[in-house]
Amino acid sequence: MTPRGLVAAMLAPGVALALWAVLGAALFLGALGSSGTALRVAAGAALETHGMVLILWWLGTALLGAWLARRLYRTWVLAPSRLLAATRILAAQEDAVSLPDAAPATPATRALAAEIESLARDRNELRAEMAQLVEQASRSVAEQRDQLATLMDELDHAVVVCNRDGRILLFNARMRRLARNLSPQEVTELVGLGRSIHAVLDPAAIAHALETVDGRIARGVPPHSAVAQVVTATPLGHLLRISLAPVRHAEAEDNTLRGYVLLVDDITRDQQQQARRERALLRMAEQGRASIANMQAALEMLDYPDLAPADHDRFLGVIRDEVARMRDRLLSEDEPGPELAARWPLHDMLATDLMAAAVRKLQATANAPITTLPVAEDLWLRIDSFGLIAALDHLATRILSLGADPVLWLRLTRAGGHAHLDLGWVLREGLDPIDARDLSALPDEPTEACAAASVRDVVDRHGGEIWLDRNRDDGRPFFRLLLPLAAVETAPADAPIGGRPEFYDFDLFAAAHAEAGDARPLSALAFTVFDCETTGLDPLGGDEIIQLGAVRILNSRLLTGETIDQLVDPQRPIPEAGIPIHGIRDEMVRGKPTIAQVLPVFHRFAEGSVLVGHNVAFDMRFLKLKEAATGLRFDHPVLDTLLLSSILHPAEESHSLEAIAARLGVQIGGRHTALGDALATAEVFRRMIPLLERQGIVTLGQARAASDRSQFARLRY
Amino acid sequence: MTLTVLIADDEPNILVSLEFMLRREGHRILTAHDGTEALDLIRRERPALVLMDATMPGLTGFEVCEAVRADPSIAGTRILMLSAKARPTDIARGLGAGADAYVTKPFSAAELLERVRGLLT
Repeated sequence: MTPRGLVAAMLAPGVALALWAVLGAALFLGALGSSGTALRVAAGAALETHGMVLILWWLGTALLGAWLARRLYRTWVLAPSRLLAATRILAAQEDAVSLPDAAPATPATRALAAEIESLARDRNELRAEMAQLVEQASRSVAEQRDQLATLMDELDHAVVVCNRDGRILLFNARMRRLARNLSPQEVTELVGLGRSIHAVLDPAAIAHALETVDGRIARGVPPHSAVAQVVTATPLGHLLRISLAPVRHAEAEDNTLRGYVLLVDDITRDQQQQARRERALLRMAEQGRASIANMQAALEMLDYPDLAPADHDRFLGVIRDEVARMRDRLLSEDEPGPELAARWPLHDMLATDLMAAAVRKLQATANAPITTLPVAEDLWLRIDSFGLIAALDHLATRILSLGADPVLWLRLTRAGGHAHLDLGWVLREGLDPIDARDLSALPDEPTEACAAASVRDVVDRHGGEIWLDRNRDDGRPFFRLLLPLAAVETAPADAPIGGRPEFYDFDLFAAAHAEAGDARPLSALAFTVFDCETTGLDPLGGDEIIQLGAVRILNSRLLTGETIDQLVDPQRPIPEAGIPIHGIRDEMVRGKPTIAQVLPVFHRFAEGSVLVGHNVAFDMRFLKLKEAATGLRFDHPVLDTLLLSSILHPAEESHSLEAIAARLGVQIGGRHTALGDALATAEVFRRMIPLLERQGIVTLGQARAASDRSQFARLRY
Repeated sequence: MTLTVLIADDEPNILVSLEFMLRREGHRILTAHDGTEALDLIRRERPALVLMDATMPGLTGFEVCEAVRADPSIAGTRILMLSAKARPTDIARGLGAGADAYVTKPFSAAELLERVRGLLT
């Protein structure tokens, strides 16, 4: 009820009464004609003597009218509108049977409320029956899911299932542990439902694996067995082996990709140990070969018939010396040094596939066609295709950067037990050749694309070689990479054995949680609900955040397993005045991360979601002020539960978090801790979504537009 | 006719035997203990044959080989690589760098002499 409405309701009867009296007197006097004149004079005289009584009478009547109007307003306008609001809340709540107290009630609204409550009870009974049926039906599904969950947790691999966009639909505990190991300094989890897998794994590696799968399918491999493997390095130097299996529409004709299953192994330690062992073995073998060669040559010299005694002694000396060196080497505890790089695990790949992928990549880089020569159909290589293509791309980029507009060519040929992968270039006629001296050091440059490894490092992982070679006929230089062939030519893909077993129905694939666009319904978006505790109310005056709490909502589900609850060192004293409210003292925040460390974590946590808070403009001001210092942009869409409440219940006087929570039946625990408030706000917001839908506010864009129109928005911004 | 043969290896224990063996074949023998010295001697003395280890300080045998093939005045020099690096990729690398022959250690004197004679005819 707005005050203006009430004033109007109270004034209207008095004004109407006055108008009625004046109009009635004028009509009466007019109808009397000439005799009226005397009456008018008499009335005038009466007014002069008894005017006060008349005015008091009028005022009394007006007041009585206003009192009546107010009663009528409360009974017939306010009570139904409150009943309406209460009914909406009841309708939106799952198991409520009684209406919240709708204060000014009349017998009619009370009866109506009783009817509504009885309907709600009926609804709940029906729902309970339905729930029982559903529960029975879903029990077997749940059992299957439990089996799946157990199976996934017992798996030796980290498993994660993503939709096309890389949003995580399912993951196992091992995957979460693996992600934690990859970034031990992170405060928050990188792996969570609806999050992007790209925060954990290199998007380029996944794209490469998807391309490989597409290539295999195009070559006629059945989709269910088109699995790709790729090895990628994380920024911290972990080595991950990723196996990607595509998930496709089983029935759809076009075989479109719905998502993919990733098996991830952290092979860093295995690889390092194995590589160290192999290096040590190789070094021992080479040292042994050299020693034996020295001894054998000396021994054979000793067999010469006419050996001078001095030479005889020299060769014996060589043998003694070598024996001593071998003994020393064997007895010394010579641990392999840490300088030994990890050897990369390789996978088998058809040469035509490698060429196709390389040409695609180089063409994109050169923005021009690449000349290729035909590749033998049956040539299999044993390579790290991702690293190798990145290395080729680096070479190509550098060759192009030397100017003279070269046309690149690529050739892949079998050379005995190896393959030659040649990358060369042809200059337009009349141009000076590129100086080969500029190029000879190129394979040893560190590259960005291969995680700071040089092209030579990548080739070394293959046990291969790279050098700058020249055409025998015209002397033109080109890079030659010597690569290993696959040991055994890979057999054609296995035939399906009674189709792929189906142990779970991934309905989740349908839900694509792409970026929060205005056209998307609220019920299908990801939200980050957050709250800050601060040293005071004035960020411009030097007040700082001291605690940040956040929780995510996905598909209208509160993900209480994914939260941020972080004390922040404001690097200034906390004023005494605020301590009774938030309970945070200086010693509690000492040594905690600063806001510059916490905000990037929060930013990643909130990636691709809508920010939600209660009176969020306050919190946003603090975040916005840190944008310049942290280089982060908080340009997420924002919703405010205070504004949304004023849209839902304009008749209510209070839109404080406590009042809204009480209206919507949300219990608040831990008020005035950042996470406690964030959780309460999140639960309030979650319950608002169906209420908003009833008012026609379905999409994010509609919610934002309605918020902008709200009277609180006008008052506060 | 006396031919000049250069032996380049950083292992004195193999140089002793190789030098002895080839001198008895009637060749004039030069020795080098690293790649830079070897390349220097090839340019100055124009040996008919170079026996060279693949792993040497300074320039490696591969690099000396590439430098020889890239220099027209000495590009015709015969090169025999002699190395304890015996993986197929090592051999391919050596031949790719322009070596005429690649002998892995250990080797028999008779076999080596056979290869040397073959390269000098």
